[in-house]
Amino acid sequence: MHPAYSVIFFTTLSGAGYGLLAVLGIGFLTDSLPPGTGFALASMTLCLGLITGGLLCSSLHLHHPERALLAFSQWRSSWLSREGVAALATFLPAGGLGLAMLFPSWFRWLGAASAIASILGAAVTVFCTAMIYASLKPVPQWRVSWGRLPLTPLVYFAFALAGGMLCQLVLLCLFTDAPAQMFIAANCAVLTLAWAVKMLYWRRIDSLVMPSLPDAIGLRGEWRRMRPFDPPHTEPNYLQKEMGYRIARKHRDMLRRLAWSGGGAVPIALLLAGAWLSEALWLASLPAALLLLAGTLLERWLFFAEAQHTSSLYYG
Amino acid sequence: MSDLPQRDKNSVSLGLVIDLDTCVGCHACVVSCKEWNTSGHPAPLSDSDPYGQSPSGTFLNRVHSYELEGDAGGRTMYFPKSCLHCENAACVSVCPTGASYKRAEDGIVLVDEERCIGCGLCAWACPYGAREMDAIGGVMKKCTLCIDRIYNSNIPPAERQPACVNACPAGARHFGDLNDENSHVAKLVRERGAQDPLEHLEYRPTNKYLPPRRPSSVPAEKRLQPVVAKEGFLGWVDGILSALSK
Repeated sequence: MHPAYSVIFFTTLSGAGYGLLAVLGIGFLTDSLPPGTGFALASMTLCLGLITGGLLCSSLHLHHPERALLAFSQWRSSWLSREGVAALATFLPAGGLGLAMLFPSWFRWLGAASAIASILGAAVTVFCTAMIYASLKPVPQWRVSWGRLPLTPLVYFAFALAGGMLCQLVLLCLFTDAPAQMFIAANCAVLTLAWAVKMLYWRRIDSLVMPSLPDAIGLRGEWRRMRPFDPPHTEPNYLQKEMGYRIARKHRDMLRRLAWSGGGAVPIALLLAGAWLSEALWLASLPAALLLLAGTLLERWLFFAEAQHTSSLYYG
Repeated sequence: MSDLPQRDKNSVSLGLVIDLDTCVGCHACVVSCKEWNTSGHPAPLSDSDPYGQSPSGTFLNRVHSYELEGDAGGRTMYFPKSCLHCENAACVSVCPTGASYKRAEDGIVLVDEERCIGCGLCAWACPYGAREMDAIGGVMKKCTLCIDRIYNSNIPPAERQPACVNACPAGARHFGDLNDENSHVAKLVRERGAQDPLEHLEYRPTNKYLPPRRPSSVPAEKRLQPVVAKEGFLGWVDGILSALSK
């Protein structure tokens, strides 16, 4: 599949934003957020900025964004529509949580309910985003599973959480003296989990067998060999540009290594080094977060570039 | 609406039956489809750089061609591909705006272009690659089964069928109600044993393809024999030349 930048940035940025929203919600419920307007303002700005920026990126994918309001209407059947509804609905509790954090003396009562609804809204939105892809039967790579667990939603959850937690760590470094060692350990654990799930996804798609050309035509077994003979058109058409994207195996392997080492191994090493020399944690957490962001963008690029659509079978 | 309509075994299912055995790959269906539809229901089907170095455009029908090899020999086969008007049309259920819909009365899948936001998800959901985004209009285009011909009382009754069916010089394309067991299309499907493309995905396409027949059963050694002149002037020349070359 053609890796469109609009969709890559959308899933990466809004994923991290929803991850941060969920982490802030949990922090609020466990009363572990640092006090003060500075943290509240910075964290909510970052969180809503990531979410809104991501959603705006996704609208660049539309040819008729002026009709986008119609996309909220078909939530009964369409995961894309559900994603839109969930994203829009989540702004409400996110705003409530923001008010409770910014003005605790006035809006404290809003806090707990908003925090719970924010966590749920973030989870539902990320799940819907993943299901847009995982529900497409013509792309077998996006439908791989681990036992009965579909891996695409799992990957989206894991990376959203890892991104959100690392953003939170950067904020904590800026606004507190020393973030809890436990939180750094949790960051390393979630980063490891995210890339482990991704590696499992890669293993699964590597052993996947696409349907054959006779399957695509619906021919019975008597034809042993079949090959394209004369192309149906002389220039690449929409189908080939949109769904015929191929990535060379050697580049794919190198990009995978770059993604997990740059977006996983190096950030973990940075965090551990920063925790050990606790003075320098803020120096380590910001590059770690940026590296994870870059690694996730690369991971998302591969998510599309490695996916194959059955319509490309007809071109042989 | 993106919900699929309630339909059962008795619902009318209009569609095409395409004979892969007789299709000669002339692309007349492609051209006639473009000609009718660029000014019909889904108009316009735009072209970019039509007379330049790399022309491209929107087509609702494309003809692929393949070489087949089997135990009984080989042959070529042409595979015209357009929307199959599936019963389980995922292109309809994934549409976030309700622009894609399947008609309850005859099963035809259409796009309401006024509602289409051009997200392209329906094309991703179609395993056959039957939908194309119009590069200039920014909306999704697909086969309408020539809905503006088949119900059109302004044209002669014999022409009230899809443009591609009218144009086919080989008689390889047939149009009718696939759910009516007495229709000629249903009979063709029964007699020739049609199988669905990508059957395992369970989209339940309405259009059917009739499989290519096996190549001729005449043994290869009997098909062509070298011509040997035994009589007359050529026989006399053959005798002399054969004697000389001994």
